[in-house]
Amino acid sequence: MQIQMIPEIGHFALVIALLFAVVQAVLPLAGATLRRPLWMAYARPMATGQFLFVAIAYAALTASYMLDDFSVINVANNSNSMLPWFYKFSAVWGNHEGSVLLWSLMLAGWGYYAVRYSRELPRDVVARVIGVLGLVSVGFLLFILLTSNPFERILPNVPQDGADLNPLLQDIGLILHPPMLYMGYVGFSVVFAFAIAALIGGRLDAAWARWARPWTNLAWAFLTVGIALGSWWAYYELGWGGWWFWDPVENASLLPWLTGTALMHSLAVTEKRGSFKSWTLLLAITTFSLSLLGTFLVRSGVLTSVHAFANDPSRGFFILMLLGITVGLSLLVFALRAPRVSHKVGFSWLSRDALLLVNNIMLVIMTVTVLMGTVYPLLLDALNLGKISVGPPYFNALFVPLTLIMAIFMGMGPVARWKDTRAKLLIQRLWLAAVLAVVMGMALPLIFAERWSVAVAIGLIAALWIVLPMFRDLFDKTRNAKSLGAGLKKLSLAYWGMQLGHLGVAVTMVGVAAVSNYEIERNVRMGVGDSASVAGYTFTMTELSSHRGPNFLADSAIIEVQREGSQRSFTMTPEKRLYLARGMPMTQVALRPGFFRDLYVAMGEDLGDNTWAMRIQYKPFVRWLWLGGLLMAAGGVLAVADKRYRRLATAQDPERKAALDAKPQEATT
Amino acid sequence: MTRRLLLLLPLIGFLGLSIFLYQGLSLNPFHRDSALMARDFPEFDMVTLEDPGQRVDNSLLARGEVTLVNVWGEWCPECKREMPQLLDLADRGIRLVGISYKDTREKGLGFLQDFGNPFELNIFDPEGELAFELGVYGAPETFLVDREGIIRYHHTGYISASDVREYILPEVEKWQ
Amino acid sequence: MAVTRGSVASRLALLMVLLFTALLASGVQANMTSNAIELREFDDPVTEQRYRSLTASLRCPTCENQAINDSDAPVSGDMRDRVYMMLMDDRSDMEILDHMVERFGNYVLYNPRLEGRTFLLWALPAGLVLAGFGLVALVVRARRNASSRVLSPDERERLEAMISHRGRNQ
Repeated sequence: MQIQMIPEIGHFALVIALLFAVVQAVLPLAGATLRRPLWMAYARPMATGQFLFVAIAYAALTASYMLDDFSVINVANNSNSMLPWFYKFSAVWGNHEGSVLLWSLMLAGWGYYAVRYSRELPRDVVARVIGVLGLVSVGFLLFILLTSNPFERILPNVPQDGADLNPLLQDIGLILHPPMLYMGYVGFSVVFAFAIAALIGGRLDAAWARWARPWTNLAWAFLTVGIALGSWWAYYELGWGGWWFWDPVENASLLPWLTGTALMHSLAVTEKRGSFKSWTLLLAITTFSLSLLGTFLVRSGVLTSVHAFANDPSRGFFILMLLGITVGLSLLVFALRAPRVSHKVGFSWLSRDALLLVNNIMLVIMTVTVLMGTVYPLLLDALNLGKISVGPPYFNALFVPLTLIMAIFMGMGPVARWKDTRAKLLIQRLWLAAVLAVVMGMALPLIFAERWSVAVAIGLIAALWIVLPMFRDLFDKTRNAKSLGAGLKKLSLAYWGMQLGHLGVAVTMVGVAAVSNYEIERNVRMGVGDSASVAGYTFTMTELSSHRGPNFLADSAIIEVQREGSQRSFTMTPEKRLYLARGMPMTQVALRPGFFRDLYVAMGEDLGDNTWAMRIQYKPFVRWLWLGGLLMAAGGVLAVADKRYRRLATAQDPERKAALDAKPQEATT
Repeated sequence: MTRRLLLLLPLIGFLGLSIFLYQGLSLNPFHRDSALMARDFPEFDMVTLEDPGQRVDNSLLARGEVTLVNVWGEWCPECKREMPQLLDLADRGIRLVGISYKDTREKGLGFLQDFGNPFELNIFDPEGELAFELGVYGAPETFLVDREGIIRYHHTGYISASDVREYILPEVEKWQ
Repeated sequence: MAVTRGSVASRLALLMVLLFTALLASGVQANMTSNAIELREFDDPVTEQRYRSLTASLRCPTCENQAINDSDAPVSGDMRDRVYMMLMDDRSDMEILDHMVERFGNYVLYNPRLEGRTFLLWALPAGLVLAGFGLVALVVRARRNASSRVLSPDERERLEAMISHRGRNQ
């Protein structure tokens, strides 16, 4: 095998993978309908084979990048022989073609793992799930082979060197963010396949929900991390300290996240109580559909976004067809096959069921709001009603109140019981939390901030209202145990996952409230010896110097920062660079991260007389945004590890039995 | 039956959205009409590039003749590329007025020397004041002003030879 | 299998911890495209705040999707200057936004105005919240009645058996 052939091998592997996917889609689905065990048995080996060959293709593209094969157009356009190896590695997914290939690899990978971890499932269910995943794979592999072939060559005029990766993408953010995000998007394909399988097979019960839950949680956790990383990346690299811009591309990732969150909760109801079945199925279909819609929006050029890939209408058309077929067919199957008679399980106003219903409705309203805001300019344009923009002020004005409404119910959810909670019990468990949340929420900004802000107080009250009842619940759940440790040990991982996830939401809310209302930005003129005071920190310029880097000229400043009333000081060194090759000025921002605040110093223009324009920013609690996201994701993952999802889980699951029990077992009061 | 219909709702909603998305594929999100369309050319009273002593105002435009007002700058490469087309338009007897946008007098005059001068005269707008009133967000931009001094057509970006045939000449014809 | 899934989970948890460490410690210096840093004097913090929110809610007419405070396009700079000048001139926010719309069109407003064509944009979320709570009321009322019908002991036993049977099956 010759090295020069690597791209052709990759291309060929993709074709073989497509063939595997076709068989994977057709035979098991047909076999499940016609009850042919042999046909159904094709599901596993085909899914494995497809994964293997997509992996070979992916490896081939990576190898082309690593070996600087600039005869491959994709490599020539997006890499350079001088690029460090880890950026060559990640440059593979820094462009349209490579990222779709990564999408396909992950799709095949999720399919492979779905095969591995589904041995306990009935044969026809597996066949249908794998078949549906095969269908989706066929669509994506066709998309790559027909419109976005990453292995295309430029022959014979092979360029000497590549055009290089966009400097903004030469960053750890590119290495981490897209794979996480795609894992989330694509991961929802598994629960989507479970939903379609349930619709076709007509089997939808507690066991189904129990199979679907871990996959949903995992995909959701990946998506959460992906979004958090994206926000973090924008914060330090693109956005001058902004962390969420309501850009169409960001919205595209938020949409499946919102419905995915609704799905996790509605699956809980379906598993524990056997209700909300059609609704759960619809959410599963919607979530994956929104992942696909996001792909369409980012890659078709119908919306203007800072992050969009280079656009090509023929690709847009292909993805739209893919979207239309996948989503249209699924929704048709849903309309025709959704459970005809809903199993009416009773619950009252003050039940966990009702609260989760509210949660679902609120999340769906948020989804509709974001979706509509995102596509509204397009709708008006298509109707020839002119061009308008919908941006951050609109989304903030709607999203914040919707979140707050939901927070009210989030505080109550975890302490409420399934089916019915006596009002007296609910009040008894919540009154202290309510009082404390209000008092602390009002008082904390008064004590710790220079300026009291009603918005921060509301944010804190909401966050505390989510967190405090959790402690009360922990207390109630452990106080009958022999010791606190023993009591805590008895709690299931699913319970801990839920609590951790909710804690994450609260942490993010604190971050949003604090950074949005207390951040300070000051632009000042500074020379050596000048100082500026921002948010209790004194910034003094102690040194100015110019130096020459390998491919740039730089002016840099040394800023000594001292907190008022503190002896310790530290230095920050912002820089202004002029890259000689492109004559491009770049700013090296000095960032001082911290648990409670970030400090941010950027150097602007030379104002003459050895003074410079400097931007100083104080960002309180900004890290909490992403810490909250990670906590949410950790909660989702922790719940997956719960023992009831394990293969040999017994029916003697205490929590489930308790839920079935008609008489609520109340804590002895 | 109602329940079935209810279950069809998501599909109907999706199909509706798809139609718009499909239409969206053929739309250009960057193409927008000027906010000044069908409105009077903004008031101005400025000197010309050619002669610092010569003042011009709106009477320059409402002269019973269609005028193309072209916003250009020496710093703008696209402006250089469209000069042959503008010269061609001038040869056809169409009246062109230039706005020298964010240039020094020296650079502006140098540009006309190097690339030809299709303009009857050029309004000197070094700070981009008039251009701001026109809602110009990049150069080159071209406005068609009718015989009464009302803006009737707006072209953003480089005018290619085919743009001349497809858009500029028909529009001039229409308002002449 | 069970063990594997547990250890996958713990590995993922470890990844989270590492990620957080990265998030906390990283980004000490990042390369950014250079934006102009403008020194503007304001009479009072309220005006400064108005300047910030106005420049954040006006869209750069020539960029992909950026507010004028976040863009280094020349026209964004001109627009910022104009906003500042008008603020110094004691103009209201409304006047400033109108001024921009007259020149650059409705496109530059990130906060679309309520008019016929944008009615749905504002009305739909509000309507959905009302409809949502109406729906909850309907569902719970229907379900409450369902729950008031007490299952006979026989029915309950059958239900329980069905569900736990499923559980045992897997």
